[in-house]
Amino acid sequence: MEITQPWPWYIAGPLIGLTVPLLLILGNKSFGISSSLRHICAACLPAKIPFFKYDWKKEVWNLVFVSGILIGGIVATYFLGSDTPIVVHPDLAKDLSQYGVQDYTGLVPVEIFNWQSLVTLRGFIMMVVGGFLVGFGTRYAGGCTSGHAIMGLSTLQWPSLVATCCFMLGGFLMANFILPIILAL
Amino acid sequence: MENMNKDNEEFEVRTADSICVNESKLEHKWYHNFKYLLVGIGFGIVFVKAEVISWFRIQEMFRLESFHMYGIIGSAVIVGAISVAIIKKFNIKTIYGEEIVFHDKKFSVGQIYGGFTFGLGWAITGACPGPLFAQIGTGALVIVVTLLSAIMGTWVYGKVRDKLLH
Repeated sequence: MEITQPWPWYIAGPLIGLTVPLLLILGNKSFGISSSLRHICAACLPAKIPFFKYDWKKEVWNLVFVSGILIGGIVATYFLGSDTPIVVHPDLAKDLSQYGVQDYTGLVPVEIFNWQSLVTLRGFIMMVVGGFLVGFGTRYAGGCTSGHAIMGLSTLQWPSLVATCCFMLGGFLMANFILPIILAL
Repeated sequence: MENMNKDNEEFEVRTADSICVNESKLEHKWYHNFKYLLVGIGFGIVFVKAEVISWFRIQEMFRLESFHMYGIIGSAVIVGAISVAIIKKFNIKTIYGEEIVFHDKKFSVGQIYGGFTFGLGWAITGACPGPLFAQIGTGALVIVVTLLSAIMGTWVYGKVRDKLLH
């Protein structure tokens, strides 16, 4: 396997799982990413809201960690990248072609996620509304895929199992029933 | 004494709706955070190279057209759970010799409503919070808008938190 080829799940999954003990052993940190959004709120616009009144500087490691994720994205793309477009399930490709999605070179479909389409209803829902739901939902749920599905399930927390099931339920409904309507806009 | 009350109060605010609370008595110089940058970089590389942050892979997952994402999340949880069990069993300490602490998560209906809301957003954007940062790194700069919107979503949650069921 070349390092520039897409990595299989059985390499990536265990590596992601190892982040849990790594962060614990490096400094007693519980793996979680959505908290970073809250720390950014607490740091930039706390606006006297009690929920943001805490010392975010104690959680600076989390902001450093997500900055690392961004840098990792750059490194993977520009130094370890491959030019081969992503191969998706034929049914998905067929459905997406109806909505004008033909370009499979990026990790997000450029026909949907671009600056021009921000002013269209479809683009606005996909980027602005979608992002809002992610930020609002993860905080209301108390965590995201990393905090609940990976850290929470790894430590056998049943509330995290409930949260993970609800993530999946929301995703199933959206991807199969609502998204086709949004994409057709 | 007054100071202690203030600390307790702050700890309560911080622990609300969080699965990850990190309190350490140890004070470190700023550059100790550098190690988290390295872990983040490694993590971001895995995200991109395994296409975890691909909008297409997320669609396949929710349409049950591919095993890829289930394999990743499933094996990550198994490896994470085994690691946590080993840490507990052998009472492994941090590199600074501190006891490793785990916080139990309390159930709240927020996990149902919020979880469902996040699920809707996950399928639209093809990203949870971590992948948003990685997607920007891959050059999809417009995702900055999605990230800002997610920050706004978190902010609005904080603003209306008292009016929501918990």
